[in-house]
Amino acid sequence: MKITYPHMGNLYIVIRALLTSLGLDLVLPPPTSNRTVELGVRYAPEFACFPLKLNLGNFLEARELGADTILMAGGVGPCRFGYYAQVQREILRDLGVSMEMVVLEPPDTHWSELKDKIRWLVGDRSWWEIIKAIRFAWYKARAVDLVEARVLYLRPRVFEPFELESGYREALRKIDQAASKRELDSVVKGFFRFSNRLPRRSGSLLRVGLVGEIFTVLEPFANYDLERRLGLLGVEVTRSIFLSAWINEHLFGGLLRVKGTKHVKKLAAPYLNFFVGGHGRETVGSTVDFARQGYDGVVHVAPFTCMPEIVAHSVLPSVTKDYGIPTLTFYLDEQSGEAGIQTRLEAFVDLISARRERVRKEKH
Amino acid sequence: MVIVGIPRALLFYYYYPLWRAFFTELGVQVVVSPVTNKKILDSGLRTALDEACLPVKLFFGHVLALADQVDYLFVPRLVSVEQKAYICPKFMGLPDMLRARLPHLPPIIDLPVDFRHSGQTWDHFFEEVGKLFTRDRHLIRRATQSACEVHSRFQELLESGLLPPEAISVLEKGEGEIPVQQQNCLLKIGLLGHAYNLYDPFISMNLIKKLRQLGASVVTADCLAPDLIEEKARRLPKRLFWTLGKKMIGAALNFFENRKLDGIIYLTSFGCGPESLVGELVERWAKRRAVLPFMLLTIDEHTGEAGLVTRLEAFLEMIKRRKKNENYLPTYG
Ligand code: SF4
Repeated sequence: MKITYPHMGNLYIVIRALLTSLGLDLVLPPPTSNRTVELGVRYAPEFACFPLKLNLGNFLEARELGADTILMAGGVGPCRFGYYAQVQREILRDLGVSMEMVVLEPPDTHWSELKDKIRWLVGDRSWWEIIKAIRFAWYKARAVDLVEARVLYLRPRVFEPFELESGYREALRKIDQAASKRELDSVVKGFFRFSNRLPRRSGSLLRVGLVGEIFTVLEPFANYDLERRLGLLGVEVTRSIFLSAWINEHLFGGLLRVKGTKHVKKLAAPYLNFFVGGHGRETVGSTVDFARQGYDGVVHVAPFTCMPEIVAHSVLPSVTKDYGIPTLTFYLDEQSGEAGIQTRLEAFVDLISARRERVRKEKH
Repeated sequence: MVIVGIPRALLFYYYYPLWRAFFTELGVQVVVSPVTNKKILDSGLRTALDEACLPVKLFFGHVLALADQVDYLFVPRLVSVEQKAYICPKFMGLPDMLRARLPHLPPIIDLPVDFRHSGQTWDHFFEEVGKLFTRDRHLIRRATQSACEVHSRFQELLESGLLPPEAISVLEKGEGEIPVQQQNCLLKIGLLGHAYNLYDPFISMNLIKKLRQLGASVVTADCLAPDLIEEKARRLPKRLFWTLGKKMIGAALNFFENRKLDGIIYLTSFGCGPESLVGELVERWAKRRAVLPFMLLTIDEHTGEAGLVTRLEAFLEMIKRRKKNENYLPTYG
């Protein structure tokens, strides 16, 4: 059995740690590329969301490398993600690609369903071993997040952005390879030491919050590298979703004390008074949160035709009206186009810096 | 008398008789927006988000058409109308979207219709709605009861073969108006699609009427008994968590096996999330089985009527030709 799973930002590092420490054989798809998009777009339904298309491309590329089993997450609605795997399975079948598909999701009727699937995956390993593997994966998620947050902070500040990028990539590679918690800690420490030495400008920068649907927030290929583009435009980006917080909330039931999205959900009212699936409510709540913290603007990303985010986007003007915070929404798919995104980002940065200037003058 | 406005859009085609009966019995006057016209659609297009689907944009138009004549707008938050299933995320956020984009609306009655968990029914919903108008719990209970009676009468009419708009008009104008079922039509077409697209004559560009004029009779998912649909939908390897999607799949599987049908048309609207997956599944199965000619029609606000007619004619021609050829084939294959 050679297992593969779709890419979503740096999540592959975390899953790889989990599955390899359980002794499973993995074949990861190559990093998402234009070819992935091409494959996905060719075979997926035209109006399916971007993540489904990219996932499908990932599977087909992993298949070429010998993968025979797909590991996917699922869900029970109302967002389309919960039915991805079923549709992907039918598409693969019609293409004559035979791959086993294991979908991990909250069970519909009995918890034993999920337990059986996990058992099937991990064989006769003990629960203790499984817990150890999960814990180690969790440490990796934390390490990735620490490094990413640091990069988001430094990008607009350093004089040598390319040095920072290559240091960042190096750190990710080492995190991916690290075999123990000790090793992980030293990689993170090493990256901080390295990044602290990079010469940087001082002063207060424009600050933008990034909100939206999780896949498009976390996968740079899907969001056309938005975070880096903003960084190079001199903007400090704060992400509303980090892997570890997400894992804590969805897999550990909020057991650990990591800042999650609970308070953000509350902030969504009175603009959005009910959950609408996906990350719709978090999008609105995080926007309010960023506004209250005095951010200069919010960038909102979502796959084209994403239902929960369309609802969120519909109500964002009210948040802007009450708090004055400008927002910019991108619906992303294979047709978004780099040039258009860059232009819109530049215009947005001009707008928020003019606004900051105006607010400063009014205060004096 | 207090006036409550009900937009003629989205789930209007399934629940109008129920809602109307409840309010009327309560002593509240109900006003419905006019049948969709260009002006209504245009005002919806102007005010709703560009990225929203056509049915949601149209809903905005119907709300605007009612706004200055009513005391309340009735836009319940339609989370779920059956256990463990949803309609669509957009229905769940509809009242919020309206408030954010149309700031001068009359108060909206947006109590949730949420029957995801067992035991939740219209009774609970109406109890809450009723409290907004009266403290007489007895009256609310009576109104709920007669509303449910009207609703079951409506269901019966549907199962007797009427389409929702026909059944609604029978309920409103009394008996005797039941339209004669078209017998002896040359062709019989299974028609799939969401009620708010199929039965809105403006949005569907009179699809049903056109098919009938071209000599075809139609059956839709609403003509099938709910348990027939459920039974077929249960064949899915994973339970489908959208009520309307399940209806489409269940109906499609019934249609595939219906020997009297000559073809299937699936009408979807551009940018509909659930349909992008459900329609894909149905289309794939249709192709795999290749038993019946199948056509997927996607409409948006720019779809032209002429193009639609051409496609319908071509599709029906193709079916007729096929039928004729079949007659020359030995039946034992
Ligand atoms: S089901 Fe489709 S058409 Fe209906 S509101 Fe949702 S996205 Fe729009």
